[in-house]
Amino acid sequence: MTVSTIIDVEFGEELPAFEPDTSLANVKRFAVAAGWDGPRFTDHEYARKEGLPGALVPGIMSQGFLSAMIHHWAPTAEVHLVDTVFRAPCIVDQKYFINGVVTDIDESTGAVEIDLTVTNEAEETRVFGTAKVIIPTA
Amino acid sequence: MTDPSKPIDVEALREQFLNVVFDEYEIELDAENLATYAISCGETAAKFTDPLDPDFQAPPTIGSSFHPKTRYPEGFPTFRGLGMDAGKAVSPTKPMRAGQPITARTHMHDIYTKSGRSGRMVFFVNRMEFSDDTGDLLGTADTSIVIREKPQS
Repeated sequence: MTVSTIIDVEFGEELPAFEPDTSLANVKRFAVAAGWDGPRFTDHEYARKEGLPGALVPGIMSQGFLSAMIHHWAPTAEVHLVDTVFRAPCIVDQKYFINGVVTDIDESTGAVEIDLTVTNEAEETRVFGTAKVIIPTA
Repeated sequence: MTDPSKPIDVEALREQFLNVVFDEYEIELDAENLATYAISCGETAAKFTDPLDPDFQAPPTIGSSFHPKTRYPEGFPTFRGLGMDAGKAVSPTKPMRAGQPITARTHMHDIYTKSGRSGRMVFFVNRMEFSDDTGDLLGTADTSIVIREKPQS
């Protein structure tokens, strides 16, 4: 179910989890569009030579996934803040889940706070943070 | 490089470097790149994915993707220690749009410490502010770098 106005939002509500496209082809597309097309994001072999487990999903792409999840849940939401901590790398071609939980609601202003995480198949949190969004009040 | 045997004088750094713009440049966003950015992140709304949409705009986290041309203010000391990206916070105020002249100005916004069992960590927060050609603020993007000081012997 998508959210249209603030009265649709419930405290503690989990946003529908979103499984982003972390394929090498998609990360390359993103990296080129963002001007971040360094080989550590687009070349597994190069990244491994640097001592990484594989090519990295850029942290800014994880922020983009989190913002997209919010818009899937609440298409009318205006994102006012996405604050993230990159606790551990996300690796290209691995499966991740983009998650959010509503932690605060101000019905008078439409302000909603959402706790954010990016988790892997082992349920490890790789990225966490907070979003502040405004949902229409009517 | 600073003497690694001495703790970083955070107050002196704050006094000297906070809130002084040390980097400024112009950005012009390309519509096709913005749409690709948004689509690859999973955005589906036309205002983010279709350059022909009348409300076409950059996705709200775009501010995080820009780097200052200069990483630190002139004269800022270098530190021995473990420097790591501690996080990014992006706060859009108004939509950024393709073809719109945007000025990006960066200053050091905060320097603070956290102490734990393994010693003290010093956080440096650079803030990039985006404004349009009328000077209106479009948003900010903060980048935090943490340095773990060597334990004092």
